[in-house]
Amino acid sequence: MKTIVENVTCTFCGCLCDDIIVEVEDSRIVRVRRVCANGRGIFVDYDPTPRRPTIAGREVDWHEAIVEAAMILDRADSPLIYGLSSTAVEAQRKAVELADRLGAVIDTTSSVCHGPTGLAMQAVGEPSCTLGEVRNRADLLLFWGCNPAASHLRHFRRYSIMSKGTLTPKGRRDRTVFVIDVRPTASAKVADHFLQLKPDSDFEVLTSLRAIIKGEKIEVEKVGGVPTATLRDLAERMKNCRYGVVFMGMGLTMSRARDHNVRELFNLVCELNQFARFSVMPMRGHGNVAGADQVLTWQSGYPFAVSFARGYPQYGPGEFSAVDMLARREADAALILASDPVAHFPGAASEQLKQIPTIILDPMTNLTTQGAQVVFPTACYGVDATGTSYRMDNVAIRLRPVLPTGRPTDEDVLNQVIEAVKQC
Amino acid sequence: MSEDFILITGRTREQAGGLHKGKDSEAYREATALVEMCSEDMARLAIEDGQIVRLRTASNQVEVPVRTGALPSGMLFIPMGPVANLLIDTETEGTGMPSFKGLTVKMELT
Repeated sequence: MKTIVENVTCTFCGCLCDDIIVEVEDSRIVRVRRVCANGRGIFVDYDPTPRRPTIAGREVDWHEAIVEAAMILDRADSPLIYGLSSTAVEAQRKAVELADRLGAVIDTTSSVCHGPTGLAMQAVGEPSCTLGEVRNRADLLLFWGCNPAASHLRHFRRYSIMSKGTLTPKGRRDRTVFVIDVRPTASAKVADHFLQLKPDSDFEVLTSLRAIIKGEKIEVEKVGGVPTATLRDLAERMKNCRYGVVFMGMGLTMSRARDHNVRELFNLVCELNQFARFSVMPMRGHGNVAGADQVLTWQSGYPFAVSFARGYPQYGPGEFSAVDMLARREADAALILASDPVAHFPGAASEQLKQIPTIILDPMTNLTTQGAQVVFPTACYGVDATGTSYRMDNVAIRLRPVLPTGRPTDEDVLNQVIEAVKQC
Repeated sequence: MSEDFILITGRTREQAGGLHKGKDSEAYREATALVEMCSEDMARLAIEDGQIVRLRTASNQVEVPVRTGALPSGMLFIPMGPVANLLIDTETEGTGMPSFKGLTVKMELT
């Protein structure tokens, strides 16, 4: 019998689009509508068949795998817990509890995406808003160092450029759009204005915009490859808009100056509020990476790179962040939760991860599962498990499963690992 | 022949689609094992679409096929993934974030 489930949430990216329609037949997803190309695989490529965990590639029962994981973590002097961004809040809380009990370091994928944004938030504060406000009010949109046309495919239509709202009934025609990047991305094609910066010049362009808005004169003809007259025009538009929003991405956090770039942008947005309502929003990549920041912050006081080794939480980007821990060979065991660092860390850090005993919880196989000592094939939140995720604007969304639950969740497994660690 | 380029890495639709097929799938490998270069640089260096080039940083080197991309002259783009990451250093300058964008690479014809 065919069942149609409406208003399903896609957990691929921080948009958390919650209007997906899924058709289920014989406990299998047979059709998905409204989902974008990036998120489609969450539903159509996931095989929910229960699988047994493995130890060194050998299938074992769940109890044996739990005991092995607990022993690896208990024996380690400096265990690292990493990932968290593609699982639910309920599992993230358990990961923090496990880190606290072990005296472990815990870090999330934020450290290699918007970690520098977190540092800027702590320095400046975050003048933010919800995506609902963007849809209903924003008449000036800037996309700085991000490319939603490749990474957040429904963002323009659902939340920003094309969306229609109370004060933006004509949608696209009610908005002015700037894309600011070092290359003419697909997103630049839908913008009214594209400003192409020289690589690593974001900070000086942002500083110049702050200066222009404060009434200072810029005496050079170009800043970061952009004519100063163009920056003056942008500054005037920013000051005179009704409601401006800057969406920012990895172009700022991954290039030279990192958190300083973001801090300068946040300062700019704060100062623009003297003239118009203005907000900034990080384009969060993974479905619940915003939730990982939330959970770690409410549990430990810090959003990522936290060590419990001294019995209380210590914050240390550059010290307790996963890439640094692995590069310095300071982690002697790892538990990876819903992430694939072997695919996404610099080569030397990936290689080091392969040298230490690793436990991974993930619904899918990936490059990290291939070399892990213990692999737990868990349920996929939003497909065959219920849970909570945070959208990129930090709005909590409840995930409803569309398939019957046949696998244990990350939360179930972490609970059992915690209990087993208590017995070690 | 060896020439310096600025390398940036990032998400592509093909990379996102490929990862659902499995990180060991051909779709993922094809989506991530390539480098984009602007047509002007390709013409200047007599590089054809699909030609293999060697990219080298202090960390490592990779050999990947070239594809025409919308980029300014002097810039290369590799989709995020294990091939690009071989070129990335683990230095994070005290932030936790490696330089995934804006690093200098040497490009050599093979």
